[in-house]
Amino acid sequence: MADITISHLVKTYPGGTERATDDVSLDIADGDFTVLLGPSGCGKTTLLRMLAGLELPDSGSIAVGGKDVTYLPPNKRNMSMVFQSYAVFPHRKVRYNIGFGLSMAKKPKEEIDRKVAWAADLLQLGPYLDRLPAQLSGGQRQRVAVARAIVMDADVLLMDEPLSNLDALLRLNFRSELKKIVKDLKTTTVYVTHDQSEALSLGDRVAVMRKGQIAQLGDPLDVYDAPADRFVGGFIGSPPMNFIKAAVSGDGGALIVGDQRLRAPSLLQSYSSTDVLLGVRAENVAVDTQRSSGDVPGTVLVVEPMGSSILLTVEVEGQTIKVQAPPTFRTSPGSTIWLTFSPNSMRFYDSETAMALVAR
Amino acid sequence: MTVDSPPAPVQLDTPARPRRIPPAVLLIAPSIVFMALLLGWPVIQGVLQAFRSDEGFTLDFLTRMVEDPYFWPAVRNTLLLIVVMIPLQFAFAITMALLLRSNPRLNKVHFFVWAIPLALSDLAAGLVWLSIFNDRGYLNSVLTSLGLGSVPWLAYDNPTTLFLCVLVAEVWRSTSLVLVIVVSGLQGIPKDYDEAAQVFGATFWQRLRHVTLPLLKPSLQVALILRTILAFQTFAVAQALTGQNFPLVVGETYRWYTALQNPNVAAALALVILVASMLISVFYLRALRDKGQEGTR
Amino acid sequence: MTTTQTKPLAPQPDVDTAPLKRLRRDRALLQAACIVISLFMLVPIYLISLAALSTRESLNDFPLSLLPTNLSFETLGAFLGSTGILGAFGNSLIVGIGTLLISALIGIPAGYALARFAFPAKEPYQLFLLFTRALPIVVLSVPLARLFLTVDLYDTTYAVILLHTALALPTTILISASVFLSVPIDVEEAARVFGCTPAGAFLKVVMPMALPGLAAASIFTFVMSWNEVLGASILTLDHRTLPAQVLTSLADSPLAYRFAGGFALVIPSIIFIAFMRRYLTNMWGSTIR
Repeated sequence: MADITISHLVKTYPGGTERATDDVSLDIADGDFTVLLGPSGCGKTTLLRMLAGLELPDSGSIAVGGKDVTYLPPNKRNMSMVFQSYAVFPHRKVRYNIGFGLSMAKKPKEEIDRKVAWAADLLQLGPYLDRLPAQLSGGQRQRVAVARAIVMDADVLLMDEPLSNLDALLRLNFRSELKKIVKDLKTTTVYVTHDQSEALSLGDRVAVMRKGQIAQLGDPLDVYDAPADRFVGGFIGSPPMNFIKAAVSGDGGALIVGDQRLRAPSLLQSYSSTDVLLGVRAENVAVDTQRSSGDVPGTVLVVEPMGSSILLTVEVEGQTIKVQAPPTFRTSPGSTIWLTFSPNSMRFYDSETAMALVAR
Repeated sequence: MTVDSPPAPVQLDTPARPRRIPPAVLLIAPSIVFMALLLGWPVIQGVLQAFRSDEGFTLDFLTRMVEDPYFWPAVRNTLLLIVVMIPLQFAFAITMALLLRSNPRLNKVHFFVWAIPLALSDLAAGLVWLSIFNDRGYLNSVLTSLGLGSVPWLAYDNPTTLFLCVLVAEVWRSTSLVLVIVVSGLQGIPKDYDEAAQVFGATFWQRLRHVTLPLLKPSLQVALILRTILAFQTFAVAQALTGQNFPLVVGETYRWYTALQNPNVAAALALVILVASMLISVFYLRALRDKGQEGTR
Repeated sequence: MTTTQTKPLAPQPDVDTAPLKRLRRDRALLQAACIVISLFMLVPIYLISLAALSTRESLNDFPLSLLPTNLSFETLGAFLGSTGILGAFGNSLIVGIGTLLISALIGIPAGYALARFAFPAKEPYQLFLLFTRALPIVVLSVPLARLFLTVDLYDTTYAVILLHTALALPTTILISASVFLSVPIDVEEAARVFGCTPAGAFLKVVMPMALPGLAAASIFTFVMSWNEVLGASILTLDHRTLPAQVLTSLADSPLAYRFAGGFALVIPSIIFIAFMRRYLTNMWGSTIR
């Protein structure tokens, strides 16, 4: 177990022009579960592979437990890893696969046996120890990959999209199981995924990456609730955050959306007469068929019942937004409804830079 | 698959099947006929030729073959060559394939150069090395220039250097076949396995022993059998380098057929090779079946 | 609001560059090893070329010069001008092309059947193909010589074509099967759905996709035939292929002639490999699966 200090890591793949990671710095505390989240090509896997030692950075450094490991070969880093493809050795039985790291380190046989039995028990692999991976289902192979990683007493546990090859139901079940296992293990964990719901549900902290840089780092709920920029808001959450073009009135007291005026929160006092982006999540917009004060009218375009709620696509002042209505709400395409934006959940972004506005 | 809809009469008890000859049979029939005529028939003839004279069944040809002073040296040389050459060239080919996998600069050029001997006949290889190993050849030229004096590499009374010359020429020529099979096998192994082993602490040698070589086993088996069978047929290298001084079994067949004009003894010699190759083939098929049972991908 | 980048909490330990240096040194050693092996492969070819392109007199010098100081086409010219060589060259071409055509004609349909159809004797058929690869040429050649004598084919290029086709056929079938397997069956089915006949789908869709692989397979067959020595020299007397001609005149020819012969055999091979380099692993590597 150890903390990780990544500083100013730059990596460009040979032949590539863009930096895969562009001056990334990140500190991970001992025992933390950090999720690297981002679209494909954002550099999250590159960052993980540099942690593992499978790629070497062009500049910058990585320290684990206060010891520099930047250029150390992977086998000397005392890490363990779950691969996206599982990489369970097809020519060896499950038992050997789980104990692989221990036997490479020439641990005594009885210790290997004991730990393999423990991990197999934890992951319900007991009956399959003497099978070959080809005789297992995808989900079971995934469990073998996790078991192989947790028997290691590694300083750091790395996971590269470990759930992405499972089908949806299995993924949901195994996600919570994985969360419990890793929590009990208390190992520092770095987890790469492109699935925002995985990131929110698993991580102690989430680092959202974009174009080789960390766009936002924080507690999952903070990241969800207060995205640092438009990219993060659009990437996290399903549906993604709505962004509405708006302007602050001359006196700073009102927010103007098309022909509508809303009460502006105090934050906007200092942004009078500027164009802003209003960010609001679908569940933070209240809907009603009757008009009441402060409401904004909208025309329903699409109605999608989701079971626990109804997702509406609504046109407001020429802009399209997604709104989440309670399952009892009844409406149909073409009808007019009234929307209320809850003041506390409105977020504001610079219309040019798309960065969150701060009081000034 | 692409079978047309079955004819109208409904057969309730058996699954409906078109009554015409399936296209697959039409497509493979010519190859079966051709191979039966040009592969099957000659083999049978060969057996008859070796054991039958005008008076019927005979072991005379076999006896003549065994009593020929060149026969046992030829068998010994052939086996010796196989036993020494095969492990050597496998070690060599695996090293070369691993070097290529480490992605050195110009690796495409290197691979091309290393593959050139694939298209070389063993006769050509023999002649190439003749220019180096003959008494007044390039190797002795270099040795003399360095003041080391020349060595009669191909002298008939120096069996060790004769063997070494044939060995070097054959390794030079035939390792590329093993290389290409191993490279293609390596390409079929996802990089993840090696990376996983690295992360879990395996050193280079541990990865080679526990991950790479076992995963390469099917390719290695194929290469091993193929090379062994082909090694039994080595002949023109020795012929070009040494003439009669380093007899090999196939070379003896050629000599009996052309110089001694005795096709029957030649056929008997050919049978020796056939039996050896068949034993290898059986082993080969066994090995393939084992692979299937193990369930490796 | 969280800042996008955090300052390092702990003081940074110095970056340890020793592993990097070790890595660079290892890579340099790898590069050097590659170059050494390439030299081992190339130097003999350089030397045979040098020997074949030297004057006769300079070949009698000792020690021989390792540098091209006495270049001339005299030796090579004498070799090409000697009796039977040009004819043998022509015979080699005829045999190679004949073998290529017949084995493609018979082998490609069989390969297609192996790749696309399930038929009752498929397993035994594949085993049979594998087995025939193990048949030594010499076992076939001696009885075939006798057979060809009885049907008046002995000492003709047809005889050699038939032998070479028999030798090449199993490989052609297996390679073309693997080529067809790499053409997804979906595209063929799509063509059928959009109105092609089976033959039409094969010709319009499958063939164009398979053609590069099949062409490489054909060159492979040609190379095999071009290089085959033993069978060709047993089956012919006056219509020898180039290797057979060189082999039979080996014993009573001067060194210069042999070197020129070796050179004449080596150069076409290098050209073949250059053509085939993209298919090397496909052709030689996975022919057996």
